[in-house]
Amino acid sequence: MGPRLQHYLKDAGLTALVAAGLAFFIVGFRTYDIGKGLTFDYQFVDLGIAVVAIFFGRLGLSLAADGHDWPALVLGAALGAVGASPIKLPSTFLHWFVGLAGLLVVLRTIWPWANRGLAAARHSPRGVPVGQAIAKWLGAGLLAVAVVMPMTPLADQKTMDLAVLILTYVMLGWGLNIVVGLAGLLDLGYVAFYAVGAYSYALLSTQFGMSFWSVLPLAGMMAASFGLLLGFPVLRLRGDYLAIVTLGFGEIIRLVLLNWVDLSNGPAGIGSIPGPTLFGAVFAETAPEGSQTFAEMMGIPFSGNQRLIFLYYIILALALVTNFFTQRIRRLPVGRAWEALREDETACKALGINPTNTKLTAFAVGAMFAGFAGSFFAAKQRFISPESFTFIESAIILAIVVLGGMGSQIGVVLAAVLLIGLPEWFRDLGAYRMVAFGLAMVLIMVFRPRGLIAHREPSVRLHPARRAPVHRKGLA
Amino acid sequence: MLEVREVATFYGAIQALHGVDLDVAAGEIVTLIGANGAGKSTLLMTICGSPRARTGSIRLEGQDITHLPTHEIVLRGVAQVPEGRRIFPRMSVYENLQMGAIVADPAHFQKDIERVFEMFPRLAERREQRGGTLSGGEQQMLAIGRALMSRPRLLLLDEPSLGLAPLIVRQIFEAIGRIAREEKVTIFLVEQNAYHALRLADRGYVLVNGRVRLSGTGRELLANPEIRSAYLEGGHE
Repeated sequence: MGPRLQHYLKDAGLTALVAAGLAFFIVGFRTYDIGKGLTFDYQFVDLGIAVVAIFFGRLGLSLAADGHDWPALVLGAALGAVGASPIKLPSTFLHWFVGLAGLLVVLRTIWPWANRGLAAARHSPRGVPVGQAIAKWLGAGLLAVAVVMPMTPLADQKTMDLAVLILTYVMLGWGLNIVVGLAGLLDLGYVAFYAVGAYSYALLSTQFGMSFWSVLPLAGMMAASFGLLLGFPVLRLRGDYLAIVTLGFGEIIRLVLLNWVDLSNGPAGIGSIPGPTLFGAVFAETAPEGSQTFAEMMGIPFSGNQRLIFLYYIILALALVTNFFTQRIRRLPVGRAWEALREDETACKALGINPTNTKLTAFAVGAMFAGFAGSFFAAKQRFISPESFTFIESAIILAIVVLGGMGSQIGVVLAAVLLIGLPEWFRDLGAYRMVAFGLAMVLIMVFRPRGLIAHREPSVRLHPARRAPVHRKGLA
Repeated sequence: MLEVREVATFYGAIQALHGVDLDVAAGEIVTLIGANGAGKSTLLMTICGSPRARTGSIRLEGQDITHLPTHEIVLRGVAQVPEGRRIFPRMSVYENLQMGAIVADPAHFQKDIERVFEMFPRLAERREQRGGTLSGGEQQMLAIGRALMSRPRLLLLDEPSLGLAPLIVRQIFEAIGRIAREEKVTIFLVEQNAYHALRLADRGYVLVNGRVRLSGTGRELLANPEIRSAYLEGGHE
């Protein structure tokens, strides 16, 4: 490795030089507001440490790329150790930076090993692809955890809040998965239907005193009819053009809510929305006239967590309904037509499928679930305003579907945990958490370009042992 | 069965078909041959309603279908094996066949799929495999099988031999012959492989620059010196 080593060093040195040049003004200087103007300070130590880390990181990467696994691992581990060590670096960010660089080198080194292992294990002896088996057990395991979780001591207020938030996005992801994953229609305005559902509940409950459970189906229907409304004009469009129009639709709904003050109370939003009740019992410390609280009904002391746990089970149930519905409908003609439409619209027409109706049903059904989720959101927050329904929400939901692997139900769960959960857990990272978030997204797209779970589960499973009419005929 | 009268089709300002007349009687195998760009596929697609004929009429079993959308034409007993096969690559063979039966009565699904598997045993072997992983010949078999699942009375095939090895081409044409004989399906076949198509067909039409240049029985056309020099010599077998 003698002459090669020189080459690696040169390459790493060049990389470090470029990094130093790029970062010189960005990292090297820092401006301060001193009241009557700006002054600046030098941060050349930070810059130096970062450049050294980049030098060794690059060295480790090129060693790993050429198969020098052990030197690369040592380098990666050393960087990681420095990042994690109590040695005082000038900032926490530098600790993270150096540590992550080490992690990256280690990951890059063991990536081929992991790949080889996966390839060997891809088929278990019975011929069932291991990925499918894992996905199945993962699903059952996650469900069990989800059901039991609120009863464990883990379920403090912070965790439950986050769990409810994640489940809301799981449900939205599953709903959008019908439109994007199954039917292949790129919808960038999904949040519009979420908003319709939320405002349906907010208005019907505050203006007409209707309960959560009676509004829920109405909100779904309202959102579904908005889905049809959007569907009609965009049927002829495909791909990018469809995405642009749906994007516009999402914004139109938000702007209407913002400006139609008589209906929606505009930017001030709608407050004091009643929460959902359980057989008429409210989740609050004191019940309003003529009803009782949950704690009174059960004869237990009141705790603020009861409300959260109740909300948690509602959204869990709603999400499971969405999932169950999707799994079923995939086996029905309309669901199969959605998938076929995603694959090849021309072929669909040649088989007698009416593409117009098929797309409309996909839009309407997807919108309906967003409507359910929306009224849940309004009931949980007790206050909604147009600010909750911006484009970034649509983008996050779409990112969940795409990262999860289009059409994969379990992938949506993993992606929702990753996208919603991680930024919350990483709050300690402060301003850098969005950088970590972006990095995670980029890494997923590099290593799993078709999503976390790219495998498409067939809608029919044939068991050759039990059902092989043709072969048997030949033998008999 | 099928009457095409004076059909003219345009792509924007460009006229692809100049008043084509053509008949397919019930139970026949009729082929349409011609060079690249002669308008063969355009005619087949016009029969399916996309693009629409600008003038002229198309009648199926006496009823005018000129202005119907594609999916409604299919509901009237026409199945199409599109050019380039267009199977659903991410779906299994079985699911592809299910898609073919999506407009059919589910009562005879099991019987129909067994018929298809009997005709193409290769599909039975690969029924759980994804469509996109099949070989070209198998994909063509799947496309034909999928079209049959809707129990059509008229089957339209667009260049089923395209890009296939000679041995596979022969198998495909044999299968088409069996479909016509055993399933009593009327067949309209668009082909560049004039030799195989004319040998199989009862009658044939030759399309040149969007006009029917010649027509006759398969045997007559095979023997026609003009056809021989333009489409057969130096080509096949």
